[in-house]
Amino acid sequence: MAKTMKCNVVSAERELYSGDVEMVIASGELGDLGVTPGHSPLITTLKPGPVRLVFGDRDDELFYVSGGFLEVVPSGVNILTDTGDRAENLDEAAAVHAKAEAQRLLEEQHADFDYTRAAVELAEAVARLRVIEQLRNRRA
Amino acid sequence: MAVGKEIRTQIGSIKNTQKITSAMQLVAASKMRKAQERMGATRPYADRILDVIGHLAHANPEYNHLYLEEREIKRVGYIVVSTDRGLCGGLNANLFKQVVSELGRHHGAQVEVDLAVIGSKAIGFFKSFGGNVIATAGNVGDNPTVADLIGSVKVMMDAYEEGRIDRLYVVYNRFVNTMTQSPTVQQLLPLEKSEAFDESLGDHWDFIYEPGAARVLEQLLTRYIESLVYQSVVENLACEQAARMVAMKAATDNAGSLIDELELVYNKARQAAITQEISEIVSGAAAL
Repeated sequence: MAKTMKCNVVSAERELYSGDVEMVIASGELGDLGVTPGHSPLITTLKPGPVRLVFGDRDDELFYVSGGFLEVVPSGVNILTDTGDRAENLDEAAAVHAKAEAQRLLEEQHADFDYTRAAVELAEAVARLRVIEQLRNRRA
Repeated sequence: MAVGKEIRTQIGSIKNTQKITSAMQLVAASKMRKAQERMGATRPYADRILDVIGHLAHANPEYNHLYLEEREIKRVGYIVVSTDRGLCGGLNANLFKQVVSELGRHHGAQVEVDLAVIGSKAIGFFKSFGGNVIATAGNVGDNPTVADLIGSVKVMMDAYEEGRIDRLYVVYNRFVNTMTQSPTVQQLLPLEKSEAFDESLGDHWDFIYEPGAARVLEQLLTRYIESLVYQSVVENLACEQAARMVAMKAATDNAGSLIDELELVYNKARQAAITQEISEIVSGAAAL
Protein backbone atom coordinates (compact mmCIF):
# COMPACT_ATOMS: atom_id res chain seq x y z
CA MET A 1 0.00 0.00 0.00
CA ALA A 2 1.46 3.31 -1.08
CA LYS A 3 1.30 6.47 0.99
CA THR A 4 -2.11 8.10 1.12
CA MET A 5 -3.55 11.41 2.27
CA LYS A 6 -6.96 12.70 3.28
CA CYS A 7 -9.06 14.26 0.56
CA ASN A 8 -12.36 16.13 0.72
CA VAL A 9 -14.36 17.21 -2.30
CA VAL A 10 -17.34 19.43 -1.45
CA SER A 11 -19.74 21.41 -3.58
CA ALA A 12 -21.94 24.19 -2.22
CA GLU A 13 -24.84 21.72 -2.24
CA ARG A 14 -23.28 18.62 -0.73
CA GLU A 15 -20.22 16.56 0.05
CA LEU A 16 -18.99 14.62 -3.00
CA TYR A 17 -16.12 12.66 -1.56
CA SER A 18 -14.30 12.29 1.73
CA GLY A 19 -11.58 9.72 2.36
CA ASP A 20 -8.01 8.62 1.64
CA VAL A 21 -6.41 8.94 -1.79
CA GLU A 22 -2.98 8.38 -3.34
CA MET A 23 -3.12 11.26 -5.76
CA VAL A 24 -5.44 14.08 -6.82
CA ILE A 25 -5.39 15.40 -10.38
CA ALA A 26 -7.28 18.65 -11.08
CA SER A 27 -7.30 21.41 -13.66
CA GLY A 28 -5.94 24.51 -11.96
CA GLU A 29 -6.08 28.04 -13.26
CA LEU A 30 -2.50 27.75 -14.54
CA GLY A 31 -2.84 24.22 -15.89
CA ASP A 32 -3.46 20.68 -14.72
CA LEU A 33 -1.79 19.64 -11.52
CA GLY A 34 -1.32 16.41 -9.64
CA VAL A 35 -0.96 16.34 -5.86
CA THR A 36 0.63 13.45 -4.00
CA PRO A 37 1.23 13.08 -0.24
CA GLY A 38 3.94 15.41 1.05
CA HIS A 39 3.17 18.23 -1.36
CA SER A 40 3.98 21.67 0.01
CA PRO A 41 1.05 23.88 1.09
CA LEU A 42 -0.73 25.32 -1.93
CA ILE A 43 -3.90 27.18 -2.80
CA THR A 44 -5.07 27.49 -6.36
CA THR A 45 -8.26 28.43 -8.13
CA LEU A 46 -9.74 25.75 -10.38
CA LYS A 47 -11.09 25.97 -13.91
CA PRO A 48 -14.26 24.09 -14.81
CA GLY A 49 -13.09 20.58 -15.54
CA PRO A 50 -12.35 17.12 -14.24
CA VAL A 51 -10.98 16.12 -10.85
CA ARG A 52 -9.50 12.65 -10.75
CA LEU A 53 -8.89 10.80 -7.50
CA VAL A 54 -6.32 7.98 -7.74
CA PHE A 55 -6.64 5.21 -5.17
CA GLY A 56 -4.11 2.69 -6.43
CA ASP A 57 -5.85 -0.34 -4.94
CA ARG A 58 -9.08 0.25 -6.85
CA ASP A 59 -10.36 2.14 -9.88
CA ASP A 60 -9.92 5.90 -10.05
CA GLU A 61 -12.91 8.14 -9.44
CA LEU A 62 -13.70 10.99 -11.76
CA PHE A 63 -15.61 14.16 -10.83
CA TYR A 64 -16.70 17.24 -12.67
CA VAL A 65 -16.28 20.60 -10.90
CA SER A 66 -17.48 23.99 -12.10
CA GLY A 67 -14.43 25.81 -10.78
CA GLY A 68 -13.57 26.69 -7.21
CA PHE A 69 -10.51 26.19 -5.04
CA LEU A 70 -8.00 23.50 -4.25
CA GLU A 71 -6.06 23.65 -1.01
CA VAL A 72 -3.13 21.46 -0.02
CA VAL A 73 -2.08 21.29 3.63
CA PRO A 74 0.08 18.66 5.33
CA SER A 75 -3.05 16.91 6.59
CA GLY A 76 -4.57 16.53 3.11
CA VAL A 77 -6.31 18.10 0.16
CA ASN A 78 -9.52 20.12 0.18
CA ILE A 79 -11.44 20.85 -3.01
CA LEU A 80 -14.21 23.45 -2.79
CA THR A 81 -16.49 23.95 -5.76
CA ASP A 82 -19.74 25.79 -6.41
CA THR A 83 -21.33 22.90 -8.26
CA GLY A 84 -19.95 19.51 -9.05
CA ASP A 85 -20.93 15.92 -9.63
CA ARG A 86 -19.61 12.43 -10.17
CA ALA A 87 -18.67 11.88 -13.81
CA GLU A 88 -21.11 8.96 -14.03
CA ASN A 89 -24.01 11.28 -13.22
CA LEU A 90 -23.30 13.78 -15.98
CA ASP A 91 -25.85 14.08 -18.75
CA GLU A 92 -24.10 14.10 -22.11
CA ALA A 93 -27.11 15.19 -24.14
CA ALA A 94 -27.70 18.14 -21.80
CA ALA A 95 -24.05 19.16 -22.00
CA VAL A 96 -24.03 19.01 -25.80
CA HIS A 97 -27.21 21.06 -25.85
CA ALA A 98 -25.80 23.63 -23.39
CA LYS A 99 -22.65 23.95 -25.48
CA ALA A 100 -24.62 24.50 -28.70
CA GLU A 101 -26.88 27.01 -26.95
CA ALA A 102 -23.94 28.98 -25.53
CA GLN A 103 -22.21 28.99 -28.92
CA ARG A 104 -25.36 30.19 -30.62
CA LEU A 105 -25.68 33.04 -28.11
CA LEU A 106 -22.04 33.99 -28.61
CA GLU A 107 -22.50 34.11 -32.37
CA GLU A 108 -25.83 35.90 -32.50
CA GLN A 109 -25.12 38.50 -29.82
CA HIS A 110 -28.60 39.85 -29.12
CA ALA A 111 -29.20 43.22 -27.51
CA ASP A 112 -29.74 41.70 -24.07
CA PHE A 113 -26.73 39.49 -24.55
CA ASP A 114 -24.54 38.82 -21.56
CA TYR A 115 -21.10 37.96 -22.88
CA THR A 116 -19.54 36.87 -19.59
CA ARG A 117 -22.39 34.57 -18.74
CA ALA A 118 -22.45 32.92 -22.13
CA ALA A 119 -18.68 32.48 -22.06
CA VAL A 120 -18.85 30.91 -18.60
CA GLU A 121 -21.65 28.60 -19.70
CA LEU A 122 -19.70 27.57 -22.76
CA ALA A 123 -16.60 26.84 -20.69
CA GLU A 124 -18.63 24.74 -18.25
CA ALA A 125 -20.37 22.79 -20.99
CA VAL A 126 -17.06 22.07 -22.73
CA ALA A 127 -15.53 21.00 -19.43
CA ARG A 128 -18.45 18.66 -18.80
CA LEU A 129 -17.99 17.07 -22.21
CA ARG A 130 -14.28 16.70 -21.51
CA VAL A 131 -15.06 14.80 -18.32
CA ILE A 132 -17.53 12.55 -20.12
CA GLU A 133 -14.96 11.91 -22.84
CA GLN A 134 -12.33 10.95 -20.25
CA LEU A 135 -14.72 8.59 -18.55
CA ARG A 136 -15.53 6.90 -21.85
CA ASN A 137 -11.86 6.53 -22.81
CA ARG A 138 -11.14 4.88 -19.53
CA ARG A 139 -13.94 2.40 -19.95
CA ALA A 140 -12.95 1.52 -23.53
CA MET B 1 -81.54 25.65 26.23
CA ALA B 2 -80.43 29.16 26.98
CA VAL B 3 -77.97 28.12 29.67
CA GLY B 4 -74.27 28.43 28.86
CA LYS B 5 -74.79 29.92 25.43
CA GLU B 6 -71.71 32.15 25.85
CA ILE B 7 -69.64 29.23 27.07
CA ARG B 8 -70.62 27.18 24.05
CA THR B 9 -69.67 29.93 21.59
CA GLN B 10 -66.39 30.35 23.44
CA ILE B 11 -65.65 26.64 23.18
CA GLY B 12 -66.47 26.80 19.48
CA SER B 13 -64.10 29.66 18.84
CA ILE B 14 -61.29 27.99 20.79
CA LYS B 15 -61.84 24.83 18.78
CA ASN B 16 -61.45 26.81 15.57
CA THR B 17 -58.24 28.37 16.81
CA GLN B 18 -57.00 24.94 17.79
CA LYS B 19 -57.62 23.69 14.26
CA ILE B 20 -55.54 26.52 12.87
CA THR B 21 -52.65 26.04 15.28
CA SER B 22 -52.52 22.29 14.76
CA ALA B 23 -52.49 22.80 10.98
CA MET B 24 -49.65 25.30 11.37
CA GLN B 25 -47.80 22.81 13.52
CA LEU B 26 -48.01 20.17 10.79
CA VAL B 27 -46.92 22.61 8.09
CA ALA B 28 -43.99 23.80 10.21
CA ALA B 29 -42.94 20.20 10.87
CA SER B 30 -42.76 19.34 7.19
CA LYS B 31 -41.04 22.62 6.33
CA MET B 32 -38.57 22.03 9.12
CA ARG B 33 -37.56 18.69 7.66
CA LYS B 34 -36.83 20.37 4.34
CA ALA B 35 -34.98 23.26 5.94
CA GLN B 36 -32.93 20.83 7.98
CA GLU B 37 -31.97 18.87 4.89
CA ARG B 38 -30.89 22.05 3.17
CA MET B 39 -28.86 23.05 6.20
CA GLY B 40 -27.20 19.63 6.33
CA ALA B 41 -26.39 19.80 2.63
CA THR B 42 -24.60 23.14 2.79
CA ARG B 43 -22.76 22.40 5.99
CA PRO B 44 -19.82 20.39 4.57
CA TYR B 45 -18.93 23.27 2.25
CA ALA B 46 -19.14 25.83 5.05
CA ASP B 47 -17.04 23.61 7.35
CA ARG B 48 -14.36 23.04 4.72
CA ILE B 49 -14.06 26.65 3.70
CA LEU B 50 -13.79 27.51 7.38
CA ASP B 51 -10.85 25.06 7.62
CA VAL B 52 -9.15 26.60 4.61
CA ILE B 53 -9.58 30.11 5.95
CA GLY B 54 -8.32 28.98 9.35
CA HIS B 55 -5.16 27.66 7.70
CA LEU B 56 -4.80 30.89 5.77
CA ALA B 57 -4.95 32.96 8.92
CA HIS B 58 -1.98 30.94 10.22
CA ALA B 59 0.04 31.38 7.05
CA ASN B 60 2.27 34.36 6.44
CA PRO B 61 1.22 35.67 3.05
CA GLU B 62 3.61 38.04 1.33
CA TYR B 63 0.47 39.85 0.33
CA ASN B 64 -1.48 41.21 3.25
CA HIS B 65 -5.14 41.14 2.52
CA LEU B 66 -7.39 43.66 4.21
CA TYR B 67 -9.59 40.90 5.60
CA LEU B 68 -6.70 39.40 7.54
CA GLU B 69 -5.50 42.42 9.47
CA GLU B 70 -6.70 43.42 12.91
CA ARG B 71 -7.51 47.11 13.22
CA GLU B 72 -8.22 49.35 16.14
CA ILE B 73 -11.95 49.21 16.74
CA LYS B 74 -13.82 52.46 16.32
CA ARG B 75 -16.92 51.25 14.55
CA VAL B 76 -18.30 47.75 14.08
CA GLY B 77 -20.88 46.20 11.78
CA TYR B 78 -23.50 43.57 12.52
CA ILE B 79 -25.47 41.48 10.07
CA VAL B 80 -28.63 40.46 11.92
CA VAL B 81 -30.49 37.46 10.50
CA SER B 82 -34.11 37.13 11.61
CA THR B 83 -37.26 35.47 10.32
CA ASP B 84 -39.79 36.97 7.95
CA ARG B 85 -42.85 35.87 9.87
CA GLY B 86 -43.86 35.73 13.50
CA LEU B 87 -45.63 33.06 15.54
CA CYS B 88 -42.40 31.28 16.27
CA GLY B 89 -42.16 31.66 20.04
CA GLY B 90 -39.31 33.64 21.53
CA LEU B 91 -36.95 33.00 18.64
CA ASN B 92 -36.64 36.56 17.36
CA ALA B 93 -37.08 38.15 20.78
CA ASN B 94 -34.11 36.19 22.16
CA LEU B 95 -32.01 37.11 19.14
CA PHE B 96 -32.81 40.81 19.45
CA LYS B 97 -32.08 40.70 23.16
CA GLN B 98 -28.63 39.41 22.30
CA VAL B 99 -28.11 42.15 19.71
CA VAL B 100 -29.29 44.83 22.11
CA SER B 101 -26.88 43.65 24.80
CA GLU B 102 -24.05 43.73 22.23
CA LEU B 103 -25.09 47.24 21.25
CA GLY B 104 -25.03 48.25 24.91
CA ARG B 105 -21.55 46.80 25.33
CA HIS B 106 -20.23 48.73 22.32
CA HIS B 107 -21.97 51.88 23.45
CA GLY B 108 -20.17 51.59 26.77
CA ALA B 109 -16.84 51.31 24.96
CA GLN B 110 -17.57 54.36 22.79
CA VAL B 111 -17.77 52.16 19.70
CA GLU B 112 -20.38 52.95 17.11
CA VAL B 113 -22.43 50.28 15.41
CA ASP B 114 -23.79 49.84 11.89
CA LEU B 115 -26.47 47.25 11.18
CA ALA B 116 -27.45 45.27 8.11
CA VAL B 117 -30.67 43.39 8.74
CA ILE B 118 -32.07 40.36 6.95
CA GLY B 119 -35.69 39.32 7.52
CA SER B 120 -38.85 41.42 7.92
CA LYS B 121 -39.02 40.94 11.70
CA ALA B 122 -35.62 42.50 12.26
CA ILE B 123 -36.46 45.36 9.89
CA GLY B 124 -39.57 46.08 11.95
CA PHE B 125 -37.75 45.75 15.26
CA PHE B 126 -34.90 48.09 14.42
CA LYS B 127 -37.28 50.62 12.91
CA SER B 128 -38.90 51.06 16.30
CA PHE B 129 -35.82 50.38 18.43
CA GLY B 130 -33.49 52.69 16.57
CA GLY B 131 -29.96 51.88 15.55
CA ASN B 132 -28.04 52.81 12.45
CA VAL B 133 -29.43 50.46 9.80
CA ILE B 134 -27.51 50.78 6.53
CA ALA B 135 -28.88 47.81 4.57
CA THR B 136 -31.97 45.63 4.65
CA ALA B 137 -33.17 42.48 2.91
CA GLY B 138 -36.72 41.38 3.63
CA ASN B 139 -38.92 38.54 2.40
CA VAL B 140 -36.14 36.09 1.64
CA GLY B 141 -38.72 33.28 1.68
CA ASP B 142 -38.25 29.60 2.40
CA ASN B 143 -35.73 29.08 -0.37
CA PRO B 144 -33.13 31.82 -0.11
CA THR B 145 -30.47 32.11 -2.77
CA VAL B 146 -27.09 33.71 -2.34
CA ALA B 147 -28.23 36.37 -4.83
CA ASP B 148 -31.02 37.48 -2.46
CA LEU B 149 -28.57 38.23 0.31
CA ILE B 150 -25.61 39.48 -1.63
CA GLY B 151 -26.77 43.11 -1.64
CA SER B 152 -26.71 43.68 2.09
CA VAL B 153 -23.56 41.62 2.53
CA LYS B 154 -21.82 43.67 -0.14
CA VAL B 155 -22.71 46.91 1.62
CA MET B 156 -21.03 45.66 4.79
CA MET B 157 -17.97 44.33 3.00
CA ASP B 158 -17.55 47.60 1.11
CA ALA B 159 -17.82 49.47 4.39
CA TYR B 160 -15.11 47.23 5.82
CA GLU B 161 -12.87 47.68 2.81
CA GLU B 162 -13.23 51.44 2.94
CA GLY B 163 -12.43 51.42 6.63
CA ARG B 164 -15.82 52.67 7.77
CA ILE B 165 -16.18 49.63 10.01
CA ASP B 166 -13.33 47.76 11.66
CA ARG B 167 -15.03 44.54 12.53
CA LEU B 168 -17.98 42.61 11.14
CA TYR B 169 -20.20 40.12 12.94
CA VAL B 170 -23.16 38.03 11.94
CA VAL B 171 -25.94 37.30 14.47
CA TYR B 172 -28.29 34.38 13.87
CA ASN B 173 -29.97 31.46 15.61
CA ARG B 174 -27.88 28.34 15.66
CA PHE B 175 -29.85 25.15 15.23
CA VAL B 176 -28.93 22.85 18.10
CA ASN B 177 -31.92 20.52 17.86
CA THR B 178 -35.66 20.78 17.39
CA MET B 179 -36.20 22.01 20.95
CA THR B 180 -33.15 24.26 21.26
CA GLN B 181 -32.05 27.19 19.15
CA SER B 182 -29.35 29.43 20.51
CA PRO B 183 -28.72 33.00 19.39
CA THR B 184 -25.13 33.16 18.17
CA VAL B 185 -22.74 36.01 17.39
CA GLN B 186 -20.00 35.06 14.98
CA GLN B 187 -17.12 37.22 13.84
CA LEU B 188 -16.75 37.43 10.07
CA LEU B 189 -14.03 40.03 9.63
CA PRO B 190 -11.16 40.14 10.26
CA LEU B 191 -10.75 36.40 10.02
CA GLU B 192 -10.23 34.43 13.19
CA LYS B 193 -7.54 31.79 13.41
CA SER B 194 -8.73 28.22 13.56
CA GLU B 195 -7.73 26.48 16.75
CA ALA B 196 -7.45 22.98 15.42
CA PHE B 197 -4.36 23.17 13.29
CA ASP B 198 -1.44 21.00 12.36
CA GLU B 199 1.39 22.65 14.30
CA SER B 200 4.09 20.69 12.48
CA LEU B 201 4.42 23.55 10.01
CA GLY B 202 5.71 25.94 12.63
CA ASP B 203 5.30 29.69 12.44
CA HIS B 204 7.10 30.65 9.26
CA TRP B 205 5.49 29.09 6.26
CA ASP B 206 3.19 30.11 3.51
CA PHE B 207 1.04 28.64 0.82
CA ILE B 208 2.05 28.60 -2.81
CA TYR B 209 -0.61 30.71 -4.50
CA GLU B 210 -1.68 30.06 -8.07
CA PRO B 211 -2.22 32.27 -10.04
CA GLY B 212 -1.25 34.82 -7.37
CA ALA B 213 -1.88 35.60 -3.73
CA ALA B 214 -3.97 38.70 -4.36
CA ARG B 215 -6.39 37.04 -6.76
CA VAL B 216 -6.75 33.78 -4.89
CA LEU B 217 -7.30 35.50 -1.55
CA GLU B 218 -9.77 37.98 -2.99
CA GLN B 219 -11.90 35.23 -4.53
CA LEU B 220 -11.61 32.86 -1.63
CA LEU B 221 -12.42 35.39 1.06
CA THR B 222 -15.40 36.81 -0.79
CA ARG B 223 -16.72 33.30 -1.32
CA TYR B 224 -16.14 32.56 2.35
CA ILE B 225 -18.14 35.50 3.65
CA GLU B 226 -20.97 34.74 1.24
CA SER B 227 -21.08 31.12 2.27
CA LEU B 228 -21.06 32.00 5.97
CA VAL B 229 -23.92 34.46 5.67
CA TYR B 230 -25.85 32.04 3.46
CA GLN B 231 -25.27 29.25 5.94
CA SER B 232 -26.51 31.40 8.80
CA VAL B 233 -29.66 32.35 6.89
CA VAL B 234 -30.37 28.71 6.06
CA GLU B 235 -29.76 27.72 9.66
CA ASN B 236 -32.00 30.49 10.92
CA LEU B 237 -34.75 29.21 8.63
CA ALA B 238 -34.52 25.74 10.12
CA CYS B 239 -34.68 27.36 13.56
CA GLU B 240 -37.76 29.35 12.56
CA GLN B 241 -39.65 26.25 11.50
CA ALA B 242 -38.57 24.29 14.57
CA ALA B 243 -39.54 27.12 16.90
CA ARG B 244 -42.86 27.56 15.14
CA MET B 245 -43.57 23.87 15.40
CA VAL B 246 -42.89 23.87 19.14
CA ALA B 247 -44.87 27.09 19.70
CA MET B 248 -47.84 25.79 17.74
CA LYS B 249 -47.77 22.47 19.56
CA ALA B 250 -47.90 24.35 22.86
CA ALA B 251 -50.76 26.50 21.56
CA THR B 252 -52.71 23.43 20.44
CA ASP B 253 -52.18 21.75 23.82
CA ASN B 254 -53.23 24.89 25.67
CA ALA B 255 -56.37 25.18 23.57
CA GLY B 256 -57.15 21.56 24.43
CA SER B 257 -56.89 22.12 28.18
CA LEU B 258 -58.86 25.36 27.89
CA ILE B 259 -61.64 23.49 26.11
CA ASP B 260 -61.65 20.79 28.80
CA GLU B 261 -62.01 23.38 31.53
CA LEU B 262 -64.77 25.23 29.73
CA GLU B 263 -66.64 22.01 29.04
CA LEU B 264 -66.53 21.22 32.74
CA VAL B 265 -67.96 24.63 33.59
CA TYR B 266 -70.57 24.26 30.87
CA ASN B 267 -71.69 20.83 32.09
CA LYS B 268 -71.90 22.03 35.67
CA ALA B 269 -74.06 24.97 34.59
CA ARG B 270 -76.26 22.68 32.52
CA GLN B 271 -76.73 20.24 35.41
CA ALA B 272 -77.47 23.06 37.81
CA ALA B 273 -80.11 24.38 35.43
CA ILE B 274 -81.73 20.95 35.13
CA THR B 275 -81.68 20.41 38.89
CA GLN B 276 -83.26 23.80 39.40
CA GLU B 277 -85.96 23.10 36.86
CA ILE B 278 -86.77 19.78 38.46
CA SER B 279 -86.93 21.27 41.92
CA GLU B 280 -89.18 24.01 40.56
CA ILE B 281 -91.52 21.46 39.01
CA VAL B 282 -91.49 19.29 42.14
CA SER B 283 -92.19 22.19 44.45
CA GLY B 284 -94.87 23.44 42.03
CA ALA B 285 -96.55 20.01 42.11
CA ALA B 286 -96.30 19.86 45.93
CA ALA B 287 -98.00 23.27 46.21
CA LEU B 288 -101.00 22.03 44.22
